[in-house]
Amino acid sequence: MGYLLKRAGQGAIVLWAAFTVAFILLQALPGDAIMNRFLNPDLGLTSEQISQLRQSYGVGAPLWQQYFHSAWAFLTGDLGNSLEDGTPVRLLIEGALPSTAVLAAFGLLFAILLALAVAFLSALAPFAWLRNLLQSLPSLFIAVPVFWLGIMLIQILSFKLRLVSIINPGPVEGLVLPVATLAIPLSAPLAQVLVRSIDETLLSPFITVAAAKGASRVRLLVHEVARNAVLPAVTVAGLLFGELIGSAIVTETVYGRVGLGRITEAAVKAQDAPVVEAVVLISAIVFVVVNLIVDLLYPLLDARLRTRAAAI
Amino acid sequence: MTAQAVTVGDEIRRPTAIVRRLRRVSPALVLAWLAVAVVVAWALVPWLFSAADPTIGVSGQRLQAPSIQHLFGTDQLGRDVLDRVIYGSRFSLVGALVAVGVGLVAGTALGVLAGTLSRAVDDVIMRIVDVLLAIPSLLLSLSIITLLGFGTVNVSIAVGITSIAMFARLTRSQVVKVRHTDYVEAAVGSGGHFLGVLWRHVLPNSMGPVVALSALQFGSAILQIATLGFLGFGAPPPTPEWGLMVSEGRNYIATSWWLTTLPGAIVVVVVLSTHRVSRSLGREKRG
Repeated sequence: MGYLLKRAGQGAIVLWAAFTVAFILLQALPGDAIMNRFLNPDLGLTSEQISQLRQSYGVGAPLWQQYFHSAWAFLTGDLGNSLEDGTPVRLLIEGALPSTAVLAAFGLLFAILLALAVAFLSALAPFAWLRNLLQSLPSLFIAVPVFWLGIMLIQILSFKLRLVSIINPGPVEGLVLPVATLAIPLSAPLAQVLVRSIDETLLSPFITVAAAKGASRVRLLVHEVARNAVLPAVTVAGLLFGELIGSAIVTETVYGRVGLGRITEAAVKAQDAPVVEAVVLISAIVFVVVNLIVDLLYPLLDARLRTRAAAI
Repeated sequence: MTAQAVTVGDEIRRPTAIVRRLRRVSPALVLAWLAVAVVVAWALVPWLFSAADPTIGVSGQRLQAPSIQHLFGTDQLGRDVLDRVIYGSRFSLVGALVAVGVGLVAGTALGVLAGTLSRAVDDVIMRIVDVLLAIPSLLLSLSIITLLGFGTVNVSIAVGITSIAMFARLTRSQVVKVRHTDYVEAAVGSGGHFLGVLWRHVLPNSMGPVVALSALQFGSAILQIATLGFLGFGAPPPTPEWGLMVSEGRNYIATSWWLTTLPGAIVVVVVLSTHRVSRSLGREKRG
């Protein structure tokens, strides 16, 4: 319990710091973002109107007031307004989040499946060359730019082989290529960790005992190795969450999908800092929460850690 | 008993030494070094490899498929894609150098401070590092670009900032390890000045893994810079930047596969090679 509180406290501190950094950066960008937008003589605003506008964006108040004001607003779910057209950022994000969440969830799922397949098949591979081939896949996957992979998949699977349509696809068909684009590079670090921990586990004495008792290689892998080898992979999966969100953003731009990615891209193009910062903060929250969950899952997955966690 | 243990140890050590020597001349590593050398040469003296100006096209030669004349084909303005890739290598390599430089200098400085100064400083710095690690690197670089504006240099700085946290963590752990070794304690004990000891003993002995990480980050930086270029935040259009080339080629994806495929394939080859080289560097450092 104390362990849980400690981890949650650390997470909260990180989030508070992230919020503060985002706030400072927004200040650095200045009220001049507003000035830039409205000082344009074409708009024909008087200086009085501009100072009113600045007031409505809360630029005039002292810094500490603004800080607490926006911290409170953030906690209550008010993420500010887009500089571009004044839409509440919250509405923008609420509209885009579900589609990105679906893409990211399936991407992670298939990345895990792919990594498991590569790692276990390479452990079972009867020939050295096949084993080497499978084990070199992750280093190839990791070097492939997500945007390029997406385009290659479109080119080969959609244009050449006509297996998947990307023009007006159904909801499931439309997910196939983006999920593959997301899953392939993401599977690489997972597979590398799995391969390494399977190798290490195979060297442990209890595996030798099980093998001596006559267990087949498949049985060994499934019954003895899997449980132990999966543990480090869970940690890596948690750490990969940031990567997942980043890749999802790129994938969405490649496939022209609605989602956080498109919002972020447009916001960066328009230098719309409140939107960018909100997306950044939300992904930081997701990252911290996911890794907190991973930490809490650990004792559940590994009996050896239960007493230690309780002791802390 | 002990004699036996020694022979067993030797038996294990001998083959690995041979394997290590073999690995050093493995064909994959040679190819990787070759690829890196070629791209560095492209970046240094692009005019030796291509005669044409990469920003001016020949109007009669639009969208030609790869041939002997144009190995990588030509684009919608009749520009030779290979020429553009060659001239583009400079943007990627210089950008990656700047990025690694930013991450290395700032990260090492933070790591050394955290590892040597008081507990409070350590805590503050490491929490900042935690924050940097909690933000997806693409989003972090995007928010920095929002603040700094677009352009090759800003993109490189943004990519560099995303790697500060990793450098800081690694340096700190190394410094903490080295700081409590006997020779450092001896240097301090014999009256060495704090900064002097830091500079002469702690830093040189903690930098091995940091150098390996720099090499690894170089490849990742090329990847990230290409991604940001693809999203359109790097250099503006006539620039032959690799990511931007893929992005521009997207409009001709149905008819001219080479516009997107080949520049991207070069990115894959370069990143793969730098990763391979950095892994061999890391192994030698450790070995």
